Amino acid sequence: MPIDWIMGLAGGVLIGLAAALFLLVNGRIMGASGIIGDLVDGSGRHDWLERAALIAGLVLVPGIAAFATGGSETNLTGNWAVIIASGLLVGVGTRLANGCTSGHGVCGISRLSLRGIVATAFYIGAGGLTIVIFRHVLGVI
Amino acid sequence: MRVLISFLVGSVFGLGLLVSGMTDTTKVQGWLDVFGNWDPTLAFVMMGAIIPMAIAWLFSVGRKPVLANAFPARPEPSVGRNLVLGSTLFGMGWALSGLCPGPAIASLGFGGVGGLLFLGAMLAGMVVAPGVRLRLDRVAAAV
Repeated sequence: MPIDWIMGLAGGVLIGLAAALFLLVNGRIMGASGIIGDLVDGSGRHDWLERAALIAGLVLVPGIAAFATGGSETNLTGNWAVIIASGLLVGVGTRLANGCTSGHGVCGISRLSLRGIVATAFYIGAGGLTIVIFRHVLGVI
Repeated sequence: MRVLISFLVGSVFGLGLLVSGMTDTTKVQGWLDVFGNWDPTLAFVMMGAIIPMAIAWLFSVGRKPVLANAFPARPEPSVGRNLVLGSTLFGMGWALSGLCPGPAIASLGFGGVGGLLFLGAMLAGMVVAPGVRLRLDRVAAAV
């Protein structure tokens, strides 16, 4: 639906502007898995307040905006086994690969980083294959 | 000041994820569903995000960040086992639920119990990841 594409583009520009601000002012890469993951394993302890502040904005503002505009839906599956398996894979995978959609995808590809491009090719490829198997073959998701 | 900027960055990032529809898992799964009811929205989001960021990278050349000493160094262009295996595992998990770390955090305010469950599982995965990495290194060294 074209309106979804326009909203996608507009939202994407906001994401890119946020990443640009983080880079040009704080000199940091806006990667969601790294920002939270370095807190989990303790390697980001020295700048925990900056990480916590970013996460606070990331939770609060869309939460308030969604509430103010009549709510929003994630349409997340109700299958808890799928949710848990998915979360574990995302957690382990992004830490092994050192990045996710924001770090490797947005920040990596935009500087033509080989690692970012390869990572994105693999997670989109693996994601596409997973949809084929679990949706079209097994009918689980 | 850096803390304030970080909060602002998280706020705009979160708003962008909400506006773009990336907190809606059906849109993300739709993007990955090439052989089903394919939804190209994610490509527009990526395009919109990459353009300002590419300009920022170009602008950073020969300059310094406003509130830091240096820009992050360019990582070695090495594609190792951890990058490939990790991205593959991440892609599988991403497809199963339609959530990746950014939108998972951004949707906590309206994602209900399922969203919290995903976050808990993701954090648990992040806790065990260093152990998995160590084990992989050991296996690779033994082969």
